[in-house]
Amino acid sequence: MKRVLVPIAALLAAALASPAALAQKKYDQGASDKEILIGHINPYSGPASAYGTIGRAIAAYFKKVNEEGGVNGRQINMISYDDGYSPPKTVEMARKLVEQDKVLLIFQPLGTPPNSAIHKYMNAKKVPQLFVATGATKWNDAKRFPWTMGWQPNYQTEAKIYAQQILKDKPNAKIAVLYQNDDYGKDYLEGFKAGLGAKAKTMIVKEASYEVSDPTVDSQMAQLQASGADTFFNITTPKFAAQAIRKAWDSGWKPLHYLNNVSGSIGSTLKPAGLDKSVGLITTQYIKDQNDKAWANDPDVVAWTAFMKKYYPEGNLAATENYYGWCVAQSLVQVLKQSGNDLTRANVMKQAASLKNFAPNCLLPGIKINTSATDFAPIESVQLARFNGTEWVRFGEIMGK
Amino acid sequence: MKKHALLGYGVLLLVACALPFLVSEYRSFQFTLVLVYSIALLGLNILTGYNGQISLGHGAFYAIGAYCAAILMDKAGFPYWATIPLAGAVCLVAGFLFGLPALRLEGLYLALATFALGVSLPQLLKYHHLEEWTGGVQGIVITKPDAPEFLAALGLTLNQDQWLYFFTLGVAVVMFVLGWNLLRGRLGRAMMAIRDNHVAAEAMGVNNAMVKSLTFGVSAMFTGVSGALGAIAIQFVAPDSFNIFLSLTFLIGIVIGGLASIPGALYGALFIQFVPNIADEVSKAAPWAIFGLFLIGFTYLMPMGIAGAIRLGLARLTRKGHNSQPGKP
Repeated sequence: MKRVLVPIAALLAAALASPAALAQKKYDQGASDKEILIGHINPYSGPASAYGTIGRAIAAYFKKVNEEGGVNGRQINMISYDDGYSPPKTVEMARKLVEQDKVLLIFQPLGTPPNSAIHKYMNAKKVPQLFVATGATKWNDAKRFPWTMGWQPNYQTEAKIYAQQILKDKPNAKIAVLYQNDDYGKDYLEGFKAGLGAKAKTMIVKEASYEVSDPTVDSQMAQLQASGADTFFNITTPKFAAQAIRKAWDSGWKPLHYLNNVSGSIGSTLKPAGLDKSVGLITTQYIKDQNDKAWANDPDVVAWTAFMKKYYPEGNLAATENYYGWCVAQSLVQVLKQSGNDLTRANVMKQAASLKNFAPNCLLPGIKINTSATDFAPIESVQLARFNGTEWVRFGEIMGK
Repeated sequence: MKKHALLGYGVLLLVACALPFLVSEYRSFQFTLVLVYSIALLGLNILTGYNGQISLGHGAFYAIGAYCAAILMDKAGFPYWATIPLAGAVCLVAGFLFGLPALRLEGLYLALATFALGVSLPQLLKYHHLEEWTGGVQGIVITKPDAPEFLAALGLTLNQDQWLYFFTLGVAVVMFVLGWNLLRGRLGRAMMAIRDNHVAAEAMGVNNAMVKSLTFGVSAMFTGVSGALGAIAIQFVAPDSFNIFLSLTFLIGIVIGGLASIPGALYGALFIQFVPNIADEVSKAAPWAIFGLFLIGFTYLMPMGIAGAIRLGLARLTRKGHNSQPGKP
């Protein structure tokens, strides 16, 4: 019903508005004096349905924004569809949002394959595909795909930071790398090698890969240990990360151990591996972990907890996805705020590419979102953290851009 | 074929041709998918409905067809239309070869063997030695075809979605005529004889193993053609597109549409395309529960599928007609 009313509301608004006001306000489909209609695609069912709660947290945040008066007086209405993490369904849903529901933009589609499936379509239609929920590096390609933008630090950015750290602290390191044999693992490895530069060939003494379908990574770990490496870069997802950490400890190999952010969760990686076996691990962080005791009284985390209790009471307070949802939704609201009364797709994209030192209430202190016409990677800085047996202790400066 | 049936199909084709001019581009795209699925369902129906063999892995042949089209277009620079027959041929061979050993298995055991094929293929597509061609988890992005220029020269301007719809419609008509011809011919009769009583069929001189393998091949070919068309319509293939749920969806489609019915494939395709979307609109929280309700409702109200229900309805109507004119046969 709401959707049926949109064109009527738009017509009424157009009829009532004075010519002077019309001259200032510019709208593309989906935007009007009263409303900003956005589309959203998320896996509420299927293999990645654990991420479904992100969509609910985002919807809850927009509800809060709307109750507090909306963005520049306009209500944000979000239509969210389930694609079950199936690329053909993502295409169908994106077309439905753009062509039938007539949304202004599509926000936060999740996963590399689903986003790849609509990448060309969104750019051909010139509809913003904004803040996609994947860390692949290819979303930062303003030249070829000016209508698509990522959000989280991409894998290569993160890997380069580990490389810089190693070059600084341990220039003669002999490095072993374990990586998942897919786009995610290769993206990290590529970034890592680029970060080491010319020294990559001599410093990396051994690479081993595994398939997601492998039962364990024990044999890979044995190979890596046998190489005589003293530094280990662990590019794995939580289950395999836990195996690798445990194996490295049990076999008596004590390398300087870098763990990718993907598996940085204490609950899903370090606990299964054994907290005592995880001491000394180094990873990067960009977002405050609401489960970390260090942030228990932090105003951002307190505000988030209050928000969850009021707008999404059935949501799980331990799920980092809910914290992420609130964080990324703030970024979209900022873009819409900056867009003012010029709610055209071109201007929304222009504003998304003009974020300057924007700090949503969720990132680590000192990390800011910066974008430009050529830089479509919003979060590009992280901080290194070392595990002390109970929590991650951040150290050093904010690294990256 | 009877005269009025021919007339019926003519009207249906006319409506199908008018459709993309009456609805939005998005709807044309959805109807293209309906046509794509209908070919796959016809393929599965040949195997399950007409030959009595259950396959829980036809999504695999759909995937092979889709990847054939994508790889040929992306790596070898083939035009999109040329990939369709090649995808069909590859799947015919793949289906036949898979059929040879698998068909020693009967009933539920065959269902399990095909299920294994369906679950394993998405993982095989990610296999790193094949990655050079398959693109691994990243998949392959393909370009959507434009309407050919000669149509514009004739004064008929079609957008990409409309053209793709007509192209798919053309292939679908060819495949349906092919299927219809096959099923009423010698091979079709042999298939049905095996389904109804394989011992009797054997006694009549039907080479059971050969016919069953061939049926598997033909069935896979239809599904492969459908997969190739699907890839062109979606413009993207990735292993995640072809999970086991796709195979189950096909099975749902033929049962709901009507087993051993050619028009049933079309009804089933309409069901699997639109009912999940309706379910999603009804309830965001539990779309699959709503879908389940639809499924139970359909199977309860139309035990012989939509095609069976329509046949029954028509029969009742014509019987009434006969009753009102007593004296005529």
